[in-house]
Amino acid sequence: MDEIPYAIKILVAGGFGAGKTTMVGSVSEIEPLRTEEVITAESVGIDDLEGVEQKTTTTVAMDFGRITLTDGLVLYLFGTPGQDRFWFMWDELSLGAVGAVVLADTRRLADCFPSVDYFEQRGTPFIVAVNCFDGAKRYRPEDVRVALDLDPQVPVLLCDARRRDSSKGVLITLVEYVLQRYSELENNGALA
Amino acid sequence: MSQHAAADGAGPLVRPYAMTHGRTRPSSDNFDLIALVVAADGPVSTEGLEPEHRSILNLARQPVSVAEISARADLPVGVVRILLDDLRVRGAVQVRSPMSGAKAPTKRVLRAAINGLRAL
Repeated sequence: MDEIPYAIKILVAGGFGAGKTTMVGSVSEIEPLRTEEVITAESVGIDDLEGVEQKTTTTVAMDFGRITLTDGLVLYLFGTPGQDRFWFMWDELSLGAVGAVVLADTRRLADCFPSVDYFEQRGTPFIVAVNCFDGAKRYRPEDVRVALDLDPQVPVLLCDARRRDSSKGVLITLVEYVLQRYSELENNGALA
Repeated sequence: MSQHAAADGAGPLVRPYAMTHGRTRPSSDNFDLIALVVAADGPVSTEGLEPEHRSILNLARQPVSVAEISARADLPVGVVRILLDDLRVRGAVQVRSPMSGAKAPTKRVLRAAINGLRAL
């Protein structure tokens, strides 16, 4: 049998309508797919599905895409589920992730606050990509940084999630940032 | 997709979990969403397999992630994990867990990722 490749993942977060699935679709080599997890209301963040017949169910949907980077390495991009009550799905998605792109829409900047809070608290490396919608007032990345109260080292950049080159640039910025963080941690002796 | 069924309260659980014979968890749990699955080369007995098992085997002729199987077979991830466990027990599939597991990927992987992205 041929060698099975390894997979890594990057999360794409942000408020509803910020362009998550658009970004995934612009760089993915496949049409974005949707996977669903059926869960019970009682099981949210608590336990498994035993005794399902007594419980109400809900469905969490995640859109994702795929990029084959090399013969042996595949990157999956996951759009995070929008509703705050699905944080437990974010936990599963964040586990082992390279990092996250938080998409910001300057018309509704507050919509990305929960994503920023989540990744800050979890210690997941993230960058903020300001999706430049047609007709939206252009802000400078520095204004967005101040508005989001970001740490100074967190990269903030403008992007157009519809454009493949732009989305590609966002992903490269994220991975370079994560790599740089590793090196800094090593230099500080934080990693063995 | 099945969101309407869920909203109606009827619950899409009955049918998906019927094909797992009521099991809601695999016997072992290392089917990450991005674990890659590939069908075994050799002949495998399909006796006792559900149609959904066979669909998964068809999808996994090339390495494919658990998430992709779920999306393309239109089955919830939880169901896919159980069916995959059945197939693995039979030796019908091989599974490669993500490179990092629960840990963050290594610097070597990140450099390879950057090079791969630049070459797109």
